[in-house]
Amino acid sequence: MTKQQVLDLYFLDARHKLIEVAAFLDRVDSAAGRDDFRLKAFCAALGELKGGKEKARRVLLAFSDPTSQPITLAKGKGAVGAWSGKRG
Amino acid sequence: MRYIEPHAHMVSRVTDDYERMAIAGCEAVCEPAFWAGFDRSSAAGFYDYFRQLTEHEPKRAAKFGLKHFSWLCINPKEAEDVKLAEEVLALIPQFLDRPNVLGIGEIGLNKNSRNELKVLEMHVDLAARYRQLILVHTPHLEDKLKGTRLILDVLKNDQRIRPERVIIDHVEEHTVKMVLNPGFWAGMTLYPETKCSPARAVDILETYGQERIWLNSACDWGVSDPLAVPKTALEMKKRGHRTAMIEKVVYRNPQKFLSQCPKFKV
Repeated sequence: MTKQQVLDLYFLDARHKLIEVAAFLDRVDSAAGRDDFRLKAFCAALGELKGGKEKARRVLLAFSDPTSQPITLAKGKGAVGAWSGKRG
Repeated sequence: MRYIEPHAHMVSRVTDDYERMAIAGCEAVCEPAFWAGFDRSSAAGFYDYFRQLTEHEPKRAAKFGLKHFSWLCINPKEAEDVKLAEEVLALIPQFLDRPNVLGIGEIGLNKNSRNELKVLEMHVDLAARYRQLILVHTPHLEDKLKGTRLILDVLKNDQRIRPERVIIDHVEEHTVKMVLNPGFWAGMTLYPETKCSPARAVDILETYGQERIWLNSACDWGVSDPLAVPKTALEMKKRGHRTAMIEKVVYRNPQKFLSQCPKFKV
């Protein structure tokens, strides 16, 4: 596809998703209490959109656990979407 | 357009879904053993589940002209209990000769723990001893990168395992290359929010090519879409991809991999 074709197919959908991201950040800003590692990870991942290739890959890496050793015990089953920074 | 659904948890779907899939062009559905949403209390629970996969679901699918195939294992979410895993693995061989069983799956990791890794190794050994195909689940979200690396190490360290007989599922942009490069198959799962979207899946196909790669919905008891594969076929059509290329990805690729088990015939 040409850039024009990509824009024709996907611009409105991407625009919608960007507004949703902005609204999510507004919502967090106006809410009481403290945020957590998820917001920090989200903002770090946003930084990957500024330039360069493979943005989707870099955003996924920004959310990922970069460690290599298995953890001692799985205390829960679910994933939360961002690495907490805790090891083991 | 005809297609094969290589990864769907039909035990958790209503019968209407079989009808919709058949209308959409599905010719065969493959169902790996998975987590029911709660921990089964004993190996007997898994025995009943394996009967459901190998006896009941094929009959349900056949009512709509669909062939149903299954994979067997104790899934990664229940793999923290190694003793239970040993009991379940001991049950599996008696089911391997059933006419719709394709191999061992979906094995893998969930939180990347030592016990999960041990149970994964036990499954890989079972698959090697019984010469079974392997279907691998890679972890969700932030755990996927680390888990994929650990899983690849286990597979590469076992000289009996041939990469072309292993499909590593739920790949995304940051894991697809590390799966394809050593010769494994890669599965892209079209699951809302937590995995690929149709558009991203087509991006990956355009970047990495259409060899040793397939699409699946992994539809289950969560919010998921049993028609995600034909919808992604439509996405490819919208981008101008030829019918032959689309059919390769949604039909001939899964057929090629799965036909390595002689029981897979569509």
